[in-house]
Amino acid sequence: MQALVIAAHGSHLNPDASDPTYAHADTVRETGAFDEVREAFWKEEPHFREVIRTLESEEVFVVPLFISEGYFTEQVIPRELRLEDWNPDKWDSDGTAASTVTLEATDVDKTVHYCGPVGTHDAMTDVIVQRAETVTEDSDVGAGFGLAVVGHGTERNENSAKAIEYHTERIREQGRFDEVEALFMDEEPEVDDVTDFFEAEDVVVVPLFIADGYHTQEDIPEDMGLTDDYRLGWDVPAEVDGHRIWYAGAVGTEGLMADVLLERAVDAGADVGDALEAVRNEVSLRDGGTSDSTSGPTTEAGD
Amino acid sequence: MDRTSPEFEAVLETVTDEERIAFDGLTIERDGDTYTVETPAGAQTGLERSDLPQALEPVSAYVTNWYYWQRTVGGEDTARRAFLRWCERAPIETEGTGADEPATSDASTYTNADDGTVAVPARDEALRDGIDREWGELVVTTRLVDDVDRPESERVYDCWHVADAGTDLAELEVYDDPRAARELATHDEDGRYRPLKTAPTLVSGWAFTGLSGAELVDTIGFFYPATVANWHREQRDALDVDHWAETADRQSGIYDVVDELPREAVEWMTEACCVDSQCLRRREWHFEEDDELAVDGGDGQFPCREPCSLVIAAARSWAILESEDEHTYELELTTSELNQLTEIVDAVADGRTDEIREADVNDGANRFRARYLRAKRFDDDGGFTARRRADETDAD
Ligand code: SF4
Repeated sequence: MQALVIAAHGSHLNPDASDPTYAHADTVRETGAFDEVREAFWKEEPHFREVIRTLESEEVFVVPLFISEGYFTEQVIPRELRLEDWNPDKWDSDGTAASTVTLEATDVDKTVHYCGPVGTHDAMTDVIVQRAETVTEDSDVGAGFGLAVVGHGTERNENSAKAIEYHTERIREQGRFDEVEALFMDEEPEVDDVTDFFEAEDVVVVPLFIADGYHTQEDIPEDMGLTDDYRLGWDVPAEVDGHRIWYAGAVGTEGLMADVLLERAVDAGADVGDALEAVRNEVSLRDGGTSDSTSGPTTEAGD
Repeated sequence: MDRTSPEFEAVLETVTDEERIAFDGLTIERDGDTYTVETPAGAQTGLERSDLPQALEPVSAYVTNWYYWQRTVGGEDTARRAFLRWCERAPIETEGTGADEPATSDASTYTNADDGTVAVPARDEALRDGIDREWGELVVTTRLVDDVDRPESERVYDCWHVADAGTDLAELEVYDDPRAARELATHDEDGRYRPLKTAPTLVSGWAFTGLSGAELVDTIGFFYPATVANWHREQRDALDVDHWAETADRQSGIYDVVDELPREAVEWMTEACCVDSQCLRRREWHFEEDDELAVDGGDGQFPCREPCSLVIAAARSWAILESEDEHTYELELTTSELNQLTEIVDAVADGRTDEIREADVNDGANRFRARYLRAKRFDDDGGFTARRRADETDAD
């Protein structure tokens, strides 16, 4: 038997923070690729601390639903899962290369394949592009368009910027969009000045965040000048300084994220049959041309 | 049960292959071409294969019981199986005894889960009406399936809120997908988010009906995550408790400070958060292994094995607040106004403010009484007009 555990942040204050986690877990559940699929949280229940013991499977694949490597993936999650022999060196990563390490959980008799976060997986590049397709309702979007990938910045975690830059570079290499830029909330180049960085009239802005919340639904739209007051909402696209800004909201709400979760588990040795294909098909059918950037707030900052 | 039923066919198949069935008081043994059937009610020996249908007929409750647990549920030693057995007051198997022990050694191979478990024939009888058990604010009813197309041994499970025990099913929202429990558990009656799943504030007005055993366990898992797993460990004396000190020491980042919370404040914290009126888990952790907290852990069905994330987050605030110095303040109040402050704190702490009637101005926590106090006693800065008495801290 094999189980998938999706390890996410969750929130004590906002129920919507866990919505993407549940949605992607359900997509994976429906493929039947795992005997058990379980959501686990830092701020909700089941807590990381208790999740492994709720499983019957001997092989457990843990995939962090986080954007970057850092405090949560390297300290909090392995510690709370009681992965005793864990050491970040085992991932041998430069900040975006973590893949998988196999460990024993000491309070339960199980083998845990601890995977790198979804945010740094190569498949995440496709999710960002898919997000651009979703928000423009154009499956060929690219020519004549600029794409901005937006991250928090280096304030707390230097790897956070690395993840943004990594995908930006990969999309740039595809040559699909006229221009591709990495922008940040808290450091240069700043998302406030988004229009300064693009010549293209149309610019898709995709924030690399797991759930929609304060940053993606309040801060960024106001900073970019999409709206004076986030409570009034904004247009997609919105006119800013002679550009049309297609603001996509958090990439983590994109249905294709379930595919990245599966990819992580497959890289770690999970046998998922044809689930990858099933998810890609199902997600493209379900999400085909619909925009979903209206859900509410997310995790508290600072923890 | 007749000779074409799946239970009967499974018995024949098993004794042909393995020569022996022993479970929950039933033994069926094959010795060459002869068979023995034994239950606590007596033994039938020297049976021919053709005698078996007739011999099993009077003990069919034992046979269907065996079939359900060994063929339908399976999962020996799992929390899932133990929980389902608890649901119908079957004895809970202890680890390592296995199910295939001789019927005669029943007493030593099973431990009683808690108050009276029920032997097979009586249990079978009770299952026809349905056996109710409470799990936190949930009621679980186990009953034999009422469907001619399914094995007669099969159980189905219904689940609803204790507050709806007397409510007609037609008046409840009926679900059959365990994932619906996730939604139901998210908000309380007033629409507020419930970050602690074991808070006694689960909404009522819904029912899950006709769940399989696996679906029931999933449903419980969405309502009260990990409670079945930790309860099962406790049943087997294997609950691993992390006490306050070790949990606090482990914290990092912004939670690094929680281990500075004074011991005395940990007591106040458990009294604020962990009592039955606030949380259905029974707190099993103390300050340290040999240093029990005075506050009672509560009577909950399922154990709490370490401070939860909510308590850790609250402890961070209290650790910071408790680092402040105390001072003596002087403020002018009538005796009634001082008493009123007590009443306000009580009303807020007990979540009673909504219940205070608009015109009940005798209650110190009445809104108009509070507004009057504010109008009379607050100064321009929006607080009590108070003077801090000079003390040593001010002197230096
Ligand atoms: S720490 Fe206290 S409030 Fe939290 S789950 Fe345990 S008993 Fe409940």
